[in-house]
Amino acid sequence: MFDVQKVRADFPILKQEVNGKPLVYFDNGATSQTPQQVIDTIVDYYSRYNANIHRGVHTLSQLATDAYEIARNKIQHHFNAKHSYEIILTSGTTESINLVANGFASILQKGDEIIVSALEHHSNIVPWQMLCEHTGAVLKVIPMSVEGELLMEAYDDLLSNKTKLVFCNHISNALGTINPIEYIIQKAHEVGAAVLIDGAQACPHLKPDVQALDVDFYVASAHKMCGPTGVGMLYGKEEWLRKLPPYKGGGEMIATVSFEKTTYADLPHKFEAGTPNICGGIAFGAAVDYMNHIGFDAIAKQEQELLEYGTQKLHEIEGVTIYGPSDLTRKASVISFNIEGIHPYDIGTIIDKLGIAVRTGHHCAQPIMDFFKIPGTIRASFAFYNTKEEIDIFVEAVKKAKLMLS
Amino acid sequence: MTIQAIQEEIVDEFSMFDDWMQRYEYIIELGKTLPLIEEKYKTEENIIKGCQSKVWVHAEEQNGTIVFTADSDAILTKGIIAILIRAFSNQTPEAILEANTNFIDEIGLKEHLSPTRANGLVSMIKQIKMYALAFNAKS
Repeated sequence: MFDVQKVRADFPILKQEVNGKPLVYFDNGATSQTPQQVIDTIVDYYSRYNANIHRGVHTLSQLATDAYEIARNKIQHHFNAKHSYEIILTSGTTESINLVANGFASILQKGDEIIVSALEHHSNIVPWQMLCEHTGAVLKVIPMSVEGELLMEAYDDLLSNKTKLVFCNHISNALGTINPIEYIIQKAHEVGAAVLIDGAQACPHLKPDVQALDVDFYVASAHKMCGPTGVGMLYGKEEWLRKLPPYKGGGEMIATVSFEKTTYADLPHKFEAGTPNICGGIAFGAAVDYMNHIGFDAIAKQEQELLEYGTQKLHEIEGVTIYGPSDLTRKASVISFNIEGIHPYDIGTIIDKLGIAVRTGHHCAQPIMDFFKIPGTIRASFAFYNTKEEIDIFVEAVKKAKLMLS
Repeated sequence: MTIQAIQEEIVDEFSMFDDWMQRYEYIIELGKTLPLIEEKYKTEENIIKGCQSKVWVHAEEQNGTIVFTADSDAILTKGIIAILIRAFSNQTPEAILEANTNFIDEIGLKEHLSPTRANGLVSMIKQIKMYALAFNAKS
């Protein structure tokens, strides 16, 4: 049985006061908080078996190697990948995306097309623009509706046999829209294009099954799912990972040797040059364990309740506009909003003084802000450890800020 | 009045408030007194980079002093820039270049001085000093 107070007790950071007020942490979309179980894993690693992996014959190195590979297996099972070597541990979503973009530089030809969605984070736009500049490929954009939902008819029209890669986030960081990735993947495959899904915002809320999705690449960051910063993963279908050239450490070799796979270490090590974030990888495994222990059904239920409650309470404030789908079953527990005539930055600054952490600004998604013709939004993003009482405190704080600012 | 005297005056005013809320309310009030920039100067190149809100600053020389006008789309930012302009406008370039900005700390806005803070107070001060430097070099 899910008991939010019991769950909150796992998170030491939530017990503190900020600016003399109890912390209300609603910036989970930027980074989630870390439970004691994951903190303990980190402390245990450095206290007991910190060593370099995959090379030492000594005991500590073997302990660390085992723990790192066990973590990879946990992540494999979590995402239901067919093989553990299809999970590449990276520094995070951004590196995972760059790894794939870099790999496609040797595959794409002039005139090929890449499709991205209008709902992307900057980190998902820039690598593809760079790739297009480099290869002469063309970037196409799936437009969105005024409710922040991608237009699938327009997507159908963009697809052709020139399409080589489709890139889309599973859930939008700026608006919380859950994108129809099953459809996107299926349609892309019909024209022979590969699909990369950015799951950074989705993985805190749901458990993707990469085999059921039949997705070619799926990427995520540990720090948005109760893990540490600086570590993330790339899932790639084996055939794709074998096709892509190494990303790091082999730059100079690539010019002089052939692309026969025997030239490089086998998967997954081909993409993991240098000493990885060993502790981070192990803690990522512990975070996955923790979230599964809470259970994704319980997480979804709690977050949906918070989303509904928060949406209803915010709508009671005059002049509030909430962006994104009005059908709450089509969005994650993210409320991106503005108050008429007030800059989001002003609201964010005032409610910070009241102990509330939200994100204000363009959320690294300037094209979305341009679409709505706004400088930015206030984004409250809830996690399963948040409560309705916190939403009450937050709404009162917003009301107070509104009063001060208008 | 010298920059130093104006700064002391501002510090005095802020010392009347005993909590952050009153201070912020006063900043909002000061925002309404900001000498507004003419629309034609609200150009891309007059925008101060590093601010989460948009801030435009324009400088003009009048009888050997620099007169600043500005605007922002966020009201707290407008208040903060109004405080800066009150201290630095109608002063000679030399005086602006010599002045320190410790008073920001004293009026309880220290947290806004952090370079990581996205409101760009540091960038605003830098821009004001840059104008002074430019006018100084010209004269």
